Amino acid sequence: MELLIFYPLAGFCVVLALGVVFNNSPVGSALSLIGMMLGLAGIFVLQQAHFIAILQIIIYAGAIMVLFMFVIMLLNLKKGDDATWIARERNLLLSVLTGILTVGILYKISDIIFTAKIDTPAILPDSFGTVANIGETLFTDFVLPFEVASILLLAAMVGAVVLAKTKLD
Amino acid sequence: MLEDTIPLSHYLILSATLFVIGIVGVLIRRNVIVVFMSIEVMLNAVNISLIAFDNYMNLSSGQVFSFMVMCVAAAEVSVGLAIIIALHRNKPTVNLDEFNLLKW
Repeated sequence: MELLIFYPLAGFCVVLALGVVFNNSPVGSALSLIGMMLGLAGIFVLQQAHFIAILQIIIYAGAIMVLFMFVIMLLNLKKGDDATWIARERNLLLSVLTGILTVGILYKISDIIFTAKIDTPAILPDSFGTVANIGETLFTDFVLPFEVASILLLAAMVGAVVLAKTKLD
Repeated sequence: MLEDTIPLSHYLILSATLFVIGIVGVLIRRNVIVVFMSIEVMLNAVNISLIAFDNYMNLSSGQVFSFMVMCVAAAEVSVGLAIIIALHRNKPTVNLDEFNLLKW
């Protein structure tokens, strides 16, 4: 059953990720990205991480993509605007090489993991992936990162307001 | 009903594939918004492997860290889009190759 859900969902995510990169219009890219994030939320549900799946939908597909759409509409980007979709000549070879290298390295890593025999999921308790379980970890072992994240978000908020202001005075 | 479970490596391969698609997008596109979206694809790809390791080793720290990744992504998007708007105000284009004022 898991297999029947995972592989189509993974294929869907990869196709939509390619759609983000190879789409002519920025709005099309943004819509593909929303679809990809929803597909990834499905994959997270498959891995029993329900809380993260909900967060994925709320934060990514909800908040972040609304910001993206807002900026695309604000800048009034049209399809194929100023030949944005011509590969950068010098970068094409470089990026293909980078891609091949990264795939090779990551494939090797997954190969090592494959031989390390952690192929079957651990026996999970019922509380795995629930808000209570993650909250407990977050507020006991990771209190400091949590507070740092709040400062980061505050700094980002102030930074966005300052940057988007027309005149500093 | 299929009893087989998915090996961890398949999740990692999915993660690697999405990450590479993101890298290619950052490197070959000129539109600054699309480059930004490719960065989001890369951040999401990392979340997959964090959560896969969590699931296969019965931890919850990976989920906490994917939560942190989401925080960083939200901060990055808000500041980055503000920068894009500020740039667009100075020079009405979204072509990355035209922003070369700081290029050596």
